[in-house]
Amino acid sequence: MADLNVEDEILGKAYDSKLMKRLLSFVKPYKKYVVLAIIINIVVAALLAIRPLLIKVAIDDYIVNSNYKGLITISVVLFAALMFQAVIQYFLTYYTQLMGQNIIYDLRVKLFAHVQKLSLKYFDKTPIGRIVTRVTNDVESLEELFSSGIVMIFSDVFQIVWILIFMFAMEWELTLVSLSVLPILIYATFLFRKKVREAYRDVRFHLARLNSYTQEHITGMSIIQLFSKEKKEKEIFSEINEAHKKSNINSIFYYAVFYPIVEILSSAAVALIIWYGGGNIIQGTMTIGVLFAFIQYTEMFFRPIRDLSEKYNIMQTAMASSERIFKLLDNNTMIQDPEVPKALYNFRGNVDFKNVWFAYNSDDYVLKDISFSVNAGETVAIVGATGAGKSSIINLLNRFYDINRGNILVDGIDLREISKSDLRNQISIVLQDVFLFSGTISSNINLGDESITKEQIIEAAKIVGADSFISKLPNQYDEEVKEKGATLSVGQKQLVSFARALVFNPRILILDEATSSVDTETEMLIQNAIKKLLVGRTSIVIAHRLSTIQNSDKIIVLHKGEIKEVGTHQQLLTKKGIYFKLYQLQYKDQELK
Amino acid sequence: MTRLLTLNKYFKRNKGKLSLGILFILISDLTQVYIPLVLKDSIDTFKNNPSIDLIINYAIIIFVLAVVSGFFRYMIRQTIIVVSRKIEFDIRQDFWVHLLKLSHRYFQNTSTGNIMAHATNDIGAVRMYVGPAVMYSIDTAIKFIIVIAIMLSISPILTVYTLIPLPILSYFVYKLSKKIHKKFTLIQEKFSDITTMAQENFSGIRIIKSYVREAFEIEKFAKESSEYRKRNMDKIKIQALFTPLLFLITGTSIILLILIGGNMIIDGKLTLGDIAAFMFYLGLLIWPTIAFGWVANIIQQADASLKRLQTIYSEDIEIKENAETDNSITEIKGTIKFENVSFKYRDNLPEVLNNISLIVPQGSTLAIVGHTGVGKTSFVNLVSRLFDVTAGNIFIDGKNIKSIPLNVLRENVGMVPQETFLFSDTLQNNILYGIEKTDEIMLHKVAEIAQLTKDVNNFPKKFETILGERGITLSGGQKQRTCLARALAINPKILILDDSFSAVDTKTEEEILVKLKEFMKDRTSIIISHRISTVKDADNIIVLDNGIIKEQGTHEELLEMSEIYYDIHFKQLLEEELEREL
Repeated sequence: MADLNVEDEILGKAYDSKLMKRLLSFVKPYKKYVVLAIIINIVVAALLAIRPLLIKVAIDDYIVNSNYKGLITISVVLFAALMFQAVIQYFLTYYTQLMGQNIIYDLRVKLFAHVQKLSLKYFDKTPIGRIVTRVTNDVESLEELFSSGIVMIFSDVFQIVWILIFMFAMEWELTLVSLSVLPILIYATFLFRKKVREAYRDVRFHLARLNSYTQEHITGMSIIQLFSKEKKEKEIFSEINEAHKKSNINSIFYYAVFYPIVEILSSAAVALIIWYGGGNIIQGTMTIGVLFAFIQYTEMFFRPIRDLSEKYNIMQTAMASSERIFKLLDNNTMIQDPEVPKALYNFRGNVDFKNVWFAYNSDDYVLKDISFSVNAGETVAIVGATGAGKSSIINLLNRFYDINRGNILVDGIDLREISKSDLRNQISIVLQDVFLFSGTISSNINLGDESITKEQIIEAAKIVGADSFISKLPNQYDEEVKEKGATLSVGQKQLVSFARALVFNPRILILDEATSSVDTETEMLIQNAIKKLLVGRTSIVIAHRLSTIQNSDKIIVLHKGEIKEVGTHQQLLTKKGIYFKLYQLQYKDQELK
Repeated sequence: MTRLLTLNKYFKRNKGKLSLGILFILISDLTQVYIPLVLKDSIDTFKNNPSIDLIINYAIIIFVLAVVSGFFRYMIRQTIIVVSRKIEFDIRQDFWVHLLKLSHRYFQNTSTGNIMAHATNDIGAVRMYVGPAVMYSIDTAIKFIIVIAIMLSISPILTVYTLIPLPILSYFVYKLSKKIHKKFTLIQEKFSDITTMAQENFSGIRIIKSYVREAFEIEKFAKESSEYRKRNMDKIKIQALFTPLLFLITGTSIILLILIGGNMIIDGKLTLGDIAAFMFYLGLLIWPTIAFGWVANIIQQADASLKRLQTIYSEDIEIKENAETDNSITEIKGTIKFENVSFKYRDNLPEVLNNISLIVPQGSTLAIVGHTGVGKTSFVNLVSRLFDVTAGNIFIDGKNIKSIPLNVLRENVGMVPQETFLFSDTLQNNILYGIEKTDEIMLHKVAEIAQLTKDVNNFPKKFETILGERGITLSGGQKQRTCLARALAINPKILILDDSFSAVDTKTEEEILVKLKEFMKDRTSIIISHRISTVKDADNIIVLDNGIIKEQGTHEELLEMSEIYYDIHFKQLLEEELEREL
């Protein structure tokens, strides 16, 4: 929230009919609520406006005429109206808020579900923080619009209408006189809104700056201290803090001016009523009760108009947020499923890459004319330097991206003819950087799939050798995994991800071996686990361990997106190419030992 | 609540402005409460002494009084609220200065988010107390006293009747806002759960997609969102009571006024003008009544926030200068001696370093290798005094490290930490972070050693390029090389590289090492690395395992031993050669 995201700072117009139409489409399922809310609003507004009228009656008809009984009666009526108003006001608020919350819920889940469908291309290009903001804060800022904004606008309008009706019915001349301050109020309000919005934007800017500075420098505190820059950072903080203070003091000015002006105008209206109404009373053309009523009516009139500026802000934020939300909902960066997908019967796990060309960005090919095939049950090791295109091969087989040219086939069927979920159900993937979700060890192995039983989880953990450390944890398989898996060591996290891959029992396994150096014992566990994982399934391994490479059926030497050498360990040795050189080096070393 | 008294030092600094503010409140309130009295007189005039001139006079007086009151209302905000912002500034400043003093351990054990919560929420809550709460308390108190006094003077009985409902309103506001605050905390918690869940989901999208868990994730997210909605509705159930209660209670007051006041008029005990004045006074008292309950909550929250802030203030400053500090030490040369050094993070945790003794002569290079978690980083953190030893001593140039002034030590130790941290500032400011003045020659010199020149020339703005979210994102290797340049720029006597080339390719690393060798000729360096190629030329290599030095010697000597070092060496050959070959 603290970052200064330019895209998130832009506020545009307060009303855009296209956006509003789309926003209202989310209200549609709750049409009944809206109709009910409007009806209640009309009643509440009327009850509110009728009170000064009743008080006028009390004064003119009963107090002035010394009618005790009438006074009691009208007091009871007043109280009954008040009770009734209070009760329906409660339900009005409750139901409009409920509607707002429901709409927000619908929108949020819809947005999240949409993001799930987007392809990795979108995630590559968009900072995660920004997508999170869309789903959380942007949706949140629509809450006000739906839960109070829309309904409140109706309520204000009805209230103004009722008051005007009553006032004009009573004394139309006095109405015009007392409302003569309104233009000034409206002008002041809009001027205030504009100024405050600018000032507020300034405040937000400085607050964001202050927060992001603090956040960043708390994270980098050790650098500050290691370089003895405490004094300098104190000064910089002081400057930012000062700017924040100034922007706040600047915004105080507008509030300090606006609120007293409203009070002065309100008193001016009273003064006008006294002057004009008083004259009428003296001349006997008006009763004193009307004066009482008018004083109250003008007071009531002020609130909705003063709040108009607030409504405007709600609308404006809502429009800006909804524009961003709709932009995301309209994003169609997706890998499309075929209309009639071919089913995978008795899937065996043959993989064929045929003249595959692939680029993440237009013509910048990371894979050039790649062809190789892996028979069911075989293991292929891919070796190559960073940037050779190893990870791209993984991404393509899972159909995270579509290729530019060529074909990728499994069991002879083109990937594009199979539904993504069918394909991916056959493939397990183990990435170098293990990603663990908040939850338990269990939920990280079965990823929440209830069809995978506890026994199966333990079984898989045993096979990959993870059970021994898991059973030592205080809560064993129910041990909580904290944010980013901070409680487990690197090696342990890898074992968990192996168990995850195994428990889904895939026909094809994709493994990106980790390079991180772990202690000898864990290294042994990992080596053994890998051996067990590979048994009986088609495996594509980005290999860093000599043992994995030597034991594979086929080795592919990849360089800058091209296959340089391919073959078995023996074949590549006789070829006396790159692989041979590498091997020789290792061999020499082994002799030395 | 005595805790809030600790804030008095902040108030004292702004004594003058605050007293003025209180004076303004007094003037504004006095003029404001005078308006209904004029209204009363004018209404009574209609009946007793009808005169247009008199009425016009009254109308003008009302307007003038309103202007005077309004002007002082403006002055109140310009004094009291402005002071509250000034105090907020002071509180933030004190907080930050204190943070700067806290030790590395504190920041390791406390999440940034947690500290940020104090910096934003808690300081915000305290400001609400020093600003609005103080303003409204004074305003409310003054207004209450004057208004009630006037009302009593008009009619004691009517005053009692019409004011009875108001304390009930205060009570409800207090109770309800307290409950709402609790519910609100629950809502915030759920909101942060949702944020975390979204964050995790999007970060782990590869795993989710490849295991076809999208539907499950959506369901999980919908469940959390639904809980969030429920918690919101829990709050709304209470919050929705506010407006009706407000209407009901203030409305009851007015009805009582009409009923009882009306009776008294009929009985000739009061005039219509009295009723009008009362009506106005009730209107004046409603907001203060609400504010009363509201302020009570603010005070409670400020107290709780202050308590949390004080736990930070009472945090022990572990590494600081004390009686041992010898201020006559102004420079260091670079001979490092570890004498039976042991170190553990906490009393009940095992020792990370166990009885280590070692000498690193000035100008030599020590390399440390070993698996993850064997204490390599702890070792170098002791040299820069991010932590202090638990047992034993470290000497630099024969002087105990604790006697060297902290800034002298750190200004001479150039550290490249494992986690590359750069500020979102220009490249130049990042590299020259440790020195006072801009030094172009030094900038280019260290950039050249760190092999950054070529990268920099590719940036459109060269050294003025801004890093981080608002600028460009450097690759891992570029970040590490920038951190190296930053450490070199302070012209250190001791250079520490904590696995600083892990993301730099072998070829670039070799070039850096060659250039570094010359730069480091008379300086001491400690290099931690997983790569044998980085450490093989060091004068002395130690292999740490389980907190002790398992192997020690030169590259050749260690290979002869055929133990841990040899193992690591062997494992890496394949990959390194691959990179070199291709």
